[in-house]
Amino acid sequence: MAKSVVKAKYLIIGNSAGGIAAAEAIREMDKAGEITIISDEPYPAYSRPLISEYLAKRCPLEKMLFRPADFYEKNNIRTFLDKKAQHLDIDKHIVELESGEKIRWERLLLATGGLPIVPEIEGIGLKGVFTFTKLDDAKAIDEFLSHYGIKVRAIVIGGGLIGVGVTEALVKRGIEATIVEMKERILNTILDEEGSTLEEKTLTEAGVEIITGHTVGKIGSYLPGEVTGVNLDDTRPIPCELVIVAIGVRPRLDLAIGTGIKVNRGIVVDHRMATSNPEVFACGDVVEAHDFIYGENRLTPIWPNAYMEGRVAGFNMAGVPTEYFGGTALNSLKYFGLAVASAGMVNPPDDSYEVISNRYDHMYKKVVLKDGLVVGMVFAGDIEKSGVVFSLMKDRVEVERFKQALVAEDFSLASLPEEMWRARLGMPNSGFLPPTILREEPEELVLGE
Amino acid sequence: MKRIYINEQVCIGCHLCEVYCQVAHSRSKDLVKAFKRESPEPLPSLWVEERKPVCFPVQCHHCADPVCVYACLTGALWRDPDSGIVSVDMDKCIGCWTCILACPFGAIRQETDLGKIVKCDLCEGRDVPVCVTNCPNEALVYAEAQDDTVNHATIN
Repeated sequence: MAKSVVKAKYLIIGNSAGGIAAAEAIREMDKAGEITIISDEPYPAYSRPLISEYLAKRCPLEKMLFRPADFYEKNNIRTFLDKKAQHLDIDKHIVELESGEKIRWERLLLATGGLPIVPEIEGIGLKGVFTFTKLDDAKAIDEFLSHYGIKVRAIVIGGGLIGVGVTEALVKRGIEATIVEMKERILNTILDEEGSTLEEKTLTEAGVEIITGHTVGKIGSYLPGEVTGVNLDDTRPIPCELVIVAIGVRPRLDLAIGTGIKVNRGIVVDHRMATSNPEVFACGDVVEAHDFIYGENRLTPIWPNAYMEGRVAGFNMAGVPTEYFGGTALNSLKYFGLAVASAGMVNPPDDSYEVISNRYDHMYKKVVLKDGLVVGMVFAGDIEKSGVVFSLMKDRVEVERFKQALVAEDFSLASLPEEMWRARLGMPNSGFLPPTILREEPEELVLGE
Repeated sequence: MKRIYINEQVCIGCHLCEVYCQVAHSRSKDLVKAFKRESPEPLPSLWVEERKPVCFPVQCHHCADPVCVYACLTGALWRDPDSGIVSVDMDKCIGCWTCILACPFGAIRQETDLGKIVKCDLCEGRDVPVCVTNCPNEALVYAEAQDDTVNHATIN
């Protein structure tokens, strides 16, 4: 007998940054409309980036929660946790869960995120091989380590954000870790050569071995079912007990495929975060959203963009027309205490870009310019003013006349031309001055010019 | 809500706002202890930026549309819809500095000893923030915000 159909004005599939952002935006606009969130994870929304903290020091779930414990109740959000959405019937507006339950929606948000990419190499199914994108992965690795004790050697396949993040956590657990990165340097998509070199130095000093220009050809086993080592693509053997596959994530498209919703590498969305079906919205790691630096839709699977996209989707779902300005790559790293901030296009593809950089003490600052606009940046060591530069990038500000100042040791808001710092002081532009200021208009300006 | 405005034309760069802020956010609330004894030394949550003769204090604007909150990876930053104050839950802040990269004003700082951010809390619990009360020149002004509505046409 078929179970009864639950009705939801707003149905959100996915309970992470994008899904929560949408639910919050909807509630800002519509206090009453039923919101339902489905997630195949059993937990209330938690911060995915914190799974490294979980693995490093068993940070408890309560400390990882992305929102207060009463979030769902307070916002009157119905949840189907630990339930997998299995089938999407676009015409009937029905989502079917693996458990057999059905939910009918008026507006749907696909915030299904990404799945780790797992290469088809020999030994990939062995015990001791893990991915690292969600809490259960961290729990599984933690359990594995508790079983083995401390003398575990780990191979991390992939030197991107996930790979380096898990490596740091493993090192903090006293595990000997080796990163195997296929390209010539780690973190190569989000950092420039100098930035990668700084990170490699920091990791090496922390005891991490880094092998670049190679990949793992196979995972070997002398003991039945268990990892005992890997062979690199040049057959070089490295003994280990643990393998973490961290070569990247891909959009989790299975629900969308076959529904007529337009899909490229990710789900295709417009500026309102609507898919090709006007009643279905999408956000986060599953979509190709507008990148204001590249001027095109691309995958930028990072938490802040997922949140912003979800917020835009939520407003539009609630009937408040809102456009997404766009996002771009934006990463703040602090592996082993080294602060590195990067955004936009950090590795310019040709000579038509201008690169300005500065090194002092242990600091490094670089901006990439195109036609007088900032299109990329890497700040290492001293990152406190990085947001000011990022805002120039985002606002498409012409920086030609003060570009050298952007990488100066003493760069601050006051380094910008007067009209720019003035706009950022927050004094209202026109028509309003607080009473005390009206009273005491300065008699003479002695401001240099 | 009220917020702090800067009348930079009368800011003389005396840094007294920083001094009072630091004391108000210290554990001891004592001038000498806040600067010489407490460890880690409390940090002021505003600071004066100078390119003489230009100088002005910079602190959190408590934006109605707070990009730092949207960018926060852990949910540590949040905006109280009633008071309009953007606050940080120190238990949840992991010092990832993503908010620093997101803030267009450079109004968030690193407290590297604790691995947490430092930002203005508008002296919650006081009628007027101490930096405003103690500015000798009324360069800091506490006044009703006039641009508190969010334009939904485009979201940055």
